[in-house]
Amino acid sequence: MFDNLSDRLGGVFKRIRGKGRLTEADVNEMLAEIRTALLEADVNIGVVRNVVERIRVQAVGSKVSEALDPGQQIIKIVNAELVAMLGGETLKISYASQPPTVVLMAGLQGSGKTTSAAKLASWFKAQGRNPLLVGADLQRPAAVEQLKVLGAQIGVPVFSAPGDPVQTAAAGLAEAKRLGRDVLIVDTAGRLAIDTEMMQQVSDISAAVKPDYTLLVIDAMTGQDAVNVAKAFDETLAISGVILSKLDGDARGGAALSVKEVIGKPIAFAATGEKLDAFEQFHPDRMASRILGMGDMLTLIEQAEKVFEKDEAEKAAAKLMEGEFTLDDFLDQLQQLKKMGNLSSMMGMLPGMPKEMKNAQISDDMVKSTEAIIRSMTPEERRKPEIINGSRRQRIATGSGTQIADVNKLVKQFSEMQKMMKRMGGGGKKGGKGGLNPFGGGGMDLAAALGSRPPSR
Amino acid sequence: MSNSFPLIFLILAAVVVVFGFGVVVQSRRKKPTPVIAPAPKKVVAPEPVVEVVEAAPVVEVVVEKKRSFKNVLAGAGSSVLGRGEINDTSWDDLEEALLRADVGVKVAQALLEPLRARVKAKEISTPAELITALQNDMSSRLVGTNRELNFDTTIDGPNIWLMVGVNGAGKTTSLGKISAQQVALGRKVLMAAGDTFRAAAGEQLQTWAERSGAEIIRGAEGSDPSSVIFDAVQAANARKFDLVLADTAGRLQNNTNLMEELRKVRRVAEKGAGTVTETLLVIDATTGQNGLSQARLFADATQVTGVVLTKLDGSSKGGIVFAIETELGIPVKLVGLGETMEDLVAFNPTEFVEALCSTT
Repeated sequence: MFDNLSDRLGGVFKRIRGKGRLTEADVNEMLAEIRTALLEADVNIGVVRNVVERIRVQAVGSKVSEALDPGQQIIKIVNAELVAMLGGETLKISYASQPPTVVLMAGLQGSGKTTSAAKLASWFKAQGRNPLLVGADLQRPAAVEQLKVLGAQIGVPVFSAPGDPVQTAAAGLAEAKRLGRDVLIVDTAGRLAIDTEMMQQVSDISAAVKPDYTLLVIDAMTGQDAVNVAKAFDETLAISGVILSKLDGDARGGAALSVKEVIGKPIAFAATGEKLDAFEQFHPDRMASRILGMGDMLTLIEQAEKVFEKDEAEKAAAKLMEGEFTLDDFLDQLQQLKKMGNLSSMMGMLPGMPKEMKNAQISDDMVKSTEAIIRSMTPEERRKPEIINGSRRQRIATGSGTQIADVNKLVKQFSEMQKMMKRMGGGGKKGGKGGLNPFGGGGMDLAAALGSRPPSR
Repeated sequence: MSNSFPLIFLILAAVVVVFGFGVVVQSRRKKPTPVIAPAPKKVVAPEPVVEVVEAAPVVEVVVEKKRSFKNVLAGAGSSVLGRGEINDTSWDDLEEALLRADVGVKVAQALLEPLRARVKAKEISTPAELITALQNDMSSRLVGTNRELNFDTTIDGPNIWLMVGVNGAGKTTSLGKISAQQVALGRKVLMAAGDTFRAAAGEQLQTWAERSGAEIIRGAEGSDPSSVIFDAVQAANARKFDLVLADTAGRLQNNTNLMEELRKVRRVAEKGAGTVTETLLVIDATTGQNGLSQARLFADATQVTGVVLTKLDGSSKGGIVFAIETELGIPVKLVGLGETMEDLVAFNPTEFVEALCSTT
C-alpha cells in the first residue's frame, strides 16, 4: 500500500534534493512527475489539479528561492500537502450519553461493509464496550448468516429479522436498549450511489435509528469514482467518516487521498487484513509518513507493545546494544515477533527500508527453518556461535534438515548483526539530529546501521 | 531460501530496536532527546516558522479548491464538441474524460499522442472529427477479439469454469448469473462452493444454485478449497454434468500465500476427469489502476481467460478493463449490470468505448 507512490515521489525528490537553485524547468518537471504519480495512485483528477497548483504556488514563492536548500523546502511543502489531504487528526469516537451509541454502516456492494461491521464490533469490544450487531442487509443472499458467523467468532450478539430493512434496524435499536448494549452497529445492504430507491431506503434506516456515527465503507482499490460515491452518500446520509477497507492490498491509496479533500470527512478506520482484528483507527500523519517512505514507527511500536513482554524486550534491547545478544535471545524474540502477525506487513512500516526488502515476502517456512537451525544447536553453540566448526555444522544441518550453507549463512549474518548493533548502541545517539531533513533523521540511519543497501532510487 | 536469513535478521533486529527505542523514548519522556528514532510526528510537522507563513494562504486555497472542484465536475460536461476548434482545452477535456473513466495516465497519453500528430498534420480539424477518431482508435483495439465463453464439447468429462478475483468483486453473484444462463442453454450445471473462507459464502452460493436450477457441492467452512472443487468435478463426471462452476474465496493479489493456494486450486481442479476451459477474473467497475495489478497477478497464478466486469450499472465506467485488455491481452467477456439473474450481458466494445469517451 502506498509503496509505489512513495517510490515515485522519492525519485522526484532525489533529483531536486541538494540543488542550490531550482529553475522554472526544474519545478515544472517535478510538478509533472508529481501529477503522474498521484494519478497513477488513483487520486481524483480534480484533487490532483488542486494539489499540484498549490504546490506550484508555494514552489515559486519567495520562501523557496530564498531557502538555503530549495529542494528540501519543496519536499517539506509536498509533505505538508499530503498530510493536509489525508486530514489532520484521527477521528475521536465519543459515546452517546444515552446508550446505545449507534453506528450505521453504508457503502457500495462488495466494499466490505459486513466484514467491517464485525471488525468494528470487535474494536468496540476491545475498548470495553458491549456492542450489538444488526443485520439489515436483507438483499444479498446469506449476508445475515455471514454476520452471525462473524458475530459468533468475536463473541458479539447479532440481531436480525426478515422483512423490511428499516423495521429490522428499528427493532435492532429496541433490542439493544432491552439488552442494555451500549453500542449498536447496523450493517446495511450494498447499494449504488445512483440508485435513488435504495438511497432513500438507507436514508429511512438512518432516520429510524438516528446514528451517532455514519461510516461509509470504501474499498482502497477504488478509482476515480470514489469521490463521487463519497459525495453522494454524504449528501444522503451526512456521513461522519470513512472506513477504508482492503488496505492490505497493493493499491496506492488514491481514494484515501481524495475523499477527505472532497467531502471534508476524515478516514476513521482502516481494515488491513483478512483476520477480524486487522482493523485500526486511521492516523493521517502516520500514513503520510508512510507514503513519504518515513515508515510508521508509532503503529509498529503500538503493535509491539501489544504482544511483547515489556521487561523481556527491554532486556533484549539492552543486550543487543551491548553486543551480548545470543541466538537464544534471538529465538525468544522471534517467537514474540511471530505473535505480531505478518512479518512482511511490518516491513512496510519500518522507515528507510529499501524497496526490495519492503516487497520481500517472508513465508512461515523461512522462519521455521531459521528456528530449526537454532534449535539444533547446543546451548553452548547458541551462546558462542564462533565455536561452530565443520562437524558441528554438519550435525546442525542434518538436525534441522537444512544445508550446511544455510547454517553458515545464519551464523555469519548473526555475527554481522551483533557487530552492527554494538556500533549502533554506541553511536546511535547522534541520529536524532537530522531533524531539518524530513527524509533523513532516524529512519535512514537505522537502515544504514543495519547494513542494508542504500534506500531505493 | 538463500536470501531469507539476512532478511529475517534485519527485520528482527529492526523491530527489536524499534521497540527498544519505543520503551526508551517513553521512559525518557521528560527529557525530550530522541535517540535514534525521532517520532515521525516530529518529522512530519512543518517547522513553526513555515507554519506561520503558510497559515493564511492555505485556508484560502482550501476554500478555492472546493469551489474549483465543483467547477471541474460541472465543467466536464462542456464537451469538446461545444467548441468551434481544437485547442489546448479540448485536449485537456479529452484527457480528463479518459482519466476519470480510470483508463490510466499511460493509456490516455498513448491514445492522445498519435491524435495530436494527426491534428498537426491537418488530417483532423474539427472537434467532432477528433472525438470520432479517438473512438475509432479505441474500438479498433478491442474489435475482433473472441469473447465467447469457452465450452469444449470434444473433451471427456465436465468443463470447469473457475471464478477468481479480489474480495467483494462479485464472484459469487456473477457465478450465479452465469449458472442461470448455462442452465437456460440446457446444460447440466454443478456449482462447487470453493469459497470456504468467508463466513456464509456457501449459503450465498446455495441460494444462487436454487435460483438458477443448478446443483451444488459444498465443503465445511475452512476446508481445503482444492479438494472441494476436486470432489465436485468427480461428482459431476460420475453424474454426467456438463459444467462445473467453481467459486473461490476473494483474495488480494499481493498476498502470495493465498495466490499459491489459488494456483493449487487451478492445478488440482484438472487432476480428475474435468478440464478447466475458462478462468474468469471478476473485476469491479469502480476499480482504479490497481486493476492492472490484479489482472497481472491473477493471470500469472491461474491463466485467466477472460474478465467479468461487474457493477457497471453504477457511476463508474470501468475504464481499467480497456487497459487490461489492450496491455495484457485478456478479453473482457461479460458485464454485470445489477443484482438479478438477467443482469449479466456480453461485453459490447462499441458501446463501452462510447461511454468511456463521453465527456459528460
